[in-house]
Amino acid sequence: MSTNFLNTSNLPFCKGCGHDLVSKNTAKALDMLGLDPKDVIVVTDIGCHGIIDKALNAHTVHGLHGRSVALATGVSLGVQEPGKKILVFLGDGGATIGLQHIIEAARLNLNMSIVIHNNYLYGMTGGQTSGLTPEGFRTTTALSGNTFAAHDLCALTHAAGASYVTRIMGIGDFSDQLAEAYKTKGCSVIEVIELCPSYGVKFNPNRKLRDIAFEAGKPEGVWTNDRPPFNGSDSNFKEKYLKPNVKSLFDKLDKINIKYPSSLNKGYSIVLSGSAGEGVQLAASIITKAALSCGLNATQKGSYPVTVGVGFSSSEINLSPETINYHGMDIPDLVVATSEEGLAYSLKKIKQMQGGILIIDQSLDVPITGAKVIPFDFRSFGAKNASIMASIFFADKTGIIPRESILDMMESSGLAAKLPLEKILAALDRD
Amino acid sequence: MQKNNSQESVLIDGSRLMIEAMARAGADTFIGYPITPANLLYLYATQRFELMLPAPDEITTIQWMTGLAATGRIPVTATSFPGFALMIESINMAYMMELPMVIVLAQRLGPATGTATCGAQGDIALLRGMYSGGFSIPVFSPSAYSDSWTMAGEAVRVAIKLRTPVVLLTSKEEVMTHKNFDISHLPEITATQMKGFDLADEYRTYANTEDKIPPFLAVPNNKHQIRITASTHDTKGILQHSTEEAIDNTLRLQEKTMKYLDDFTHYDLDEQAGATKLLISFGITALAALDAVNRMRTSGEKISLLTIKTLLPVPPVYYEIMDKYSNIIIAEENSTAQYSKILFGDRLPKNVTHIGTFGRMITPSDIINGGAE
Ligand SMILES: Cc1ncc(C[n+]2csc(CCOP(=O)(O)OP(=O)(O)O)c2C)c(N)n1
Ligand code: SF4
Ligand SMILES: [Mg+2]
Repeated sequence: MSTNFLNTSNLPFCKGCGHDLVSKNTAKALDMLGLDPKDVIVVTDIGCHGIIDKALNAHTVHGLHGRSVALATGVSLGVQEPGKKILVFLGDGGATIGLQHIIEAARLNLNMSIVIHNNYLYGMTGGQTSGLTPEGFRTTTALSGNTFAAHDLCALTHAAGASYVTRIMGIGDFSDQLAEAYKTKGCSVIEVIELCPSYGVKFNPNRKLRDIAFEAGKPEGVWTNDRPPFNGSDSNFKEKYLKPNVKSLFDKLDKINIKYPSSLNKGYSIVLSGSAGEGVQLAASIITKAALSCGLNATQKGSYPVTVGVGFSSSEINLSPETINYHGMDIPDLVVATSEEGLAYSLKKIKQMQGGILIIDQSLDVPITGAKVIPFDFRSFGAKNASIMASIFFADKTGIIPRESILDMMESSGLAAKLPLEKILAALDRD
Repeated sequence: MQKNNSQESVLIDGSRLMIEAMARAGADTFIGYPITPANLLYLYATQRFELMLPAPDEITTIQWMTGLAATGRIPVTATSFPGFALMIESINMAYMMELPMVIVLAQRLGPATGTATCGAQGDIALLRGMYSGGFSIPVFSPSAYSDSWTMAGEAVRVAIKLRTPVVLLTSKEEVMTHKNFDISHLPEITATQMKGFDLADEYRTYANTEDKIPPFLAVPNNKHQIRITASTHDTKGILQHSTEEAIDNTLRLQEKTMKYLDDFTHYDLDEQAGATKLLISFGITALAALDAVNRMRTSGEKISLLTIKTLLPVPPVYYEIMDKYSNIIIAEENSTAQYSKILFGDRLPKNVTHIGTFGRMITPSDIINGGAE
């Protein structure tokens, strides 16, 4: 016999399977709540419980083992009409492999009901032990009883913040309890304890469902949190997360006008190397933008260890009057080394240089190189200004771009105001 | 060769171009999980997409994206190999479900965590075999920044049109390098719509229509029941073991991709009259190839250049082009000749030379020297 929600009473489970009751009680509970099947989306996991799809009149989404809650989260966030119900069906196996997704749904208090069909084992794959198998419960892979205790899923999800958490014994008519959970606004987690006749009953004959749960210290109960729900149709979601008037990312770009000349007539490559916190990347960006204001083409990329706040910091700049395709670098024309770490990082390149210029802080040992070496005290106004100072020094010494182009970029980026610029320029001019 | 005398000159990175292009092409949702070198994409996406959510891991990322796509959103994410590896089962799921999404894969040096801040072109073999059954995922590979724009837009268009996941393959060197670029001449990108459904008809989520693309209805719908599934299924979306209808439905996924391959085949071919040598490259290495070809031609050598943008599935036209040359050089930044072997099998023919590096970019000189007869 079919109902509003089930198109058959002949559900696709073994005789006596607890899943049968969960589906039938769910159908009844949804009727009690006055829901139309087309207002309900059932997201199912992989496992015996998940093959219910074809018997349902609701919308169905059937994904991967353990991921149903995450998949349903996406659905829940995407559904913007109010009054829709999202139900997730998964097993204890799916809950074990996808535990994080359940905790996450509880944390966000997403508008959905998560029904965990806990038959204490992996039914579909032959009755193996799961993370929700109680201690002492026998499974195909623990014939003398599971040696580990099970997760307390209710305690975990309640602690994580789900609005409504309940453990139900899956015996007889429990549609009232389901309806209570399903009508919750926010995340409800429903652990239905049941037995799989094919494996659970077979290996644990004569044990009663209620006794097993009680002995495992996990009896029935309801636990709640008074928290606002969160889903795609809630106003707080729209206010917080939907940005209706997003702007083009191009609006934020500085358009650089050509103001200065450049003496460069072929490609020129520069490496700035120093330590984290010395403004290396900032200086590189200033030089690059200044070069653009001189009508040059430019590329710039940074290189640093994974933790950006420590160790070396280096940046490669290519300048050319021609279009630059390849933006890597064989041997640079100029290296600026402002710290020990920076020098070490660029040492190989410096040693390969047959000409060009090495600008180096005067505190550092000069390596063997074919480059012309120009030492200078870049650290006199603090390490954090070393690279910035060197960027002006670079312009002065090479004449590739005028000093003014650098100062202009410092000014327009707001950097100039933060620097002891007069003193820096005076020191540079003394050179 | 042109001087930079454009008035709209800006310093830009590939990430910004890609995110802006994808947003204009119709993507409206970004799910992020941080990983170098894809973090800039994530950052820009938070500023550009209507909906951006931080996922707790990469499996969740694709699951959320799929759920959102089922409701009609067009989601994007960006990752690198470690995250992509976690995503693969879920991308298979989205593929079976026929839901659109774009995954930007910014390559870095592997295996495993490898070097996060070092570029590479090492994930091509993985992409080629990532679907169980050996089915094909469309993979686009931009090289010049103009391609970052057009291919990102194209990735979204194809994802929507074919109702399928698409990979936009890039590398650290493209998404984290700043370049001056003229944005005033970018071709316009317009949003693509999902193929809709006439509500009067009977709805089958996986109807086998002539165009091989089932019409889309977002969940929930108050008129039609919608059944979405990643298990082998019939046209109604009902799980089947291996009925003819279900097997045909799964095979249709590959047929669908191949049917439209011509439509999404993109490459640049710069042929030099009289050349017997063809240099093939893609992604970041294609820029070195461009310089190498210029230098080789300047020194009197005759050479043609094929820059591949539609990487996978391999468009047949690439073979037609290669057939015209007796000497083929393929430059890709890996040590295992991944794309070369996809084209020619594990034993490369004698007239095919692979130029590769591991842990550094291929330089124009590598190509010039490695390709010398
Ligand atoms: C990633 C992955 N690992 C393993 C499996 C195999 N598998 C299918 S169903 C299942 C167990 C299902 O157990 P449970 O979730 O408890 O559902 P039940 O069958 O008991 O209803 C497993 C492990 C799978 N499909 N996917
Ligand atoms: S194997 Fe167990 S869980 Fe699966 S349908 Fe049969 S009784 Fe139910
Ligand atoms: Mg189970």
